Amino acid sequence: MNYWAIFKKGIFEQNPIFRLALSLCPALAVTSNVFSALGMGMAVMFVITSNNVIVSIVRRWVNPKVRVPVFITIIATIVTLTQLLLEAFLPALYKELGIYLALIVVFAIILARAEVFAMKNGIVPSFFDGLGMGAGFALAMLAVGTIREVFGTGAFLGIPVLPASYNGPLILILAPGAFMVIGLMIGMFNVIGQWQDKRAEEKQKANQLTVQRGEA
Amino acid sequence: MEYFTLFMGAVIVNNFVLTRFLGLCIFFGVSKSLDASIGMGMAVASILTASSALAWAAYNFVLVPFDLKFLTLPVFVILIAGFVQFLEIVIKRFAPALYNMWGIYLVLIATNCVVLGVPLINVESNFTFIKSIVNAFGSGVGFALAIVLMASLREKLQYADVPKSLQGLGIAFIIAGMLALSFLGFSGMIPM
Repeated sequence: MNYWAIFKKGIFEQNPIFRLALSLCPALAVTSNVFSALGMGMAVMFVITSNNVIVSIVRRWVNPKVRVPVFITIIATIVTLTQLLLEAFLPALYKELGIYLALIVVFAIILARAEVFAMKNGIVPSFFDGLGMGAGFALAMLAVGTIREVFGTGAFLGIPVLPASYNGPLILILAPGAFMVIGLMIGMFNVIGQWQDKRAEEKQKANQLTVQRGEA
Repeated sequence: MEYFTLFMGAVIVNNFVLTRFLGLCIFFGVSKSLDASIGMGMAVASILTASSALAWAAYNFVLVPFDLKFLTLPVFVILIAGFVQFLEIVIKRFAPALYNMWGIYLVLIATNCVVLGVPLINVESNFTFIKSIVNAFGSGVGFALAIVLMASLREKLQYADVPKSLQGLGIAFIIAGMLALSFLGFSGMIPM
């Protein structure tokens, strides 16, 4: 399998938030502005990639019966490390993310990738799988954060991008807006997915038709 | 009175699901049927209270005296997951009827944001033992309230004509948004 394919599948086909609907809590909680959304995305990307690499290294020595506790301990250690690093070097982000940073530990997506992919694959593919899944997560966070901040306050990363007369619906940066934006985005992803399926089907039909003609 | 405010605050004003966004996986996963959501709500409320007590004890009697605060996260995760597993074994052995009703939910909440989040919030806010318990129980009741409301709405939704692309999770999120909108009305009622 080539690495690009492994990397790419996390971004659209199996996007953790919109397609798999895993790890939703932070997608709603810290996306009211782009800064914290992107920070959270990067933190998760780091955790998921390093966890995948470590799991793929130790997988030979872990008895399958105790694998889940082992994974959780590894994840908790990496998250603690991330917390300490952010607290030291990016205190503003650390404060903004608050408890949600600690809660990366219980993200289903991280455990799921360790179980489904890193446990069965070597170090390099696991690294790219983690990177792809992390990037998919970070991009989804960025998308939700951008929509909420730009349309809610008329700014991007705190810099005004819409005219000052723009009086956005404040609800977008409050709790209900988070649910609604994600709901509509899931709908949008479904539309794109359906369109792709349809196109694939048509292609198949066309192929069959040419085969039949060839036979005739 | 202080405890009452804390309790009501945890149930309504800072509702776990609708204003703090914790436990969403369960919230959307189990709210398809009313019966399941009642069971889940009760399981979460009781586990939450017990695990908060446990976590409080571990934090104040072990982690603080030995200056091991940086280990809070791994210790809490392992402690709570272990406790839930233990509870599952005990219930399976001594109350099989209860296990048949609840067992599946116990497995689901072993590592979940709510069950880990509340003890962390308790520690961060420096709550006393009783306050921790009250906060945890209130959060659990708030979770149960939200999930039961959501399940009742989703059962009605089966008869509605929802656009194809929004069916399932999409419309569930939009409904949750409306529910959150109504809970927003409570904000500021009790200062935290």
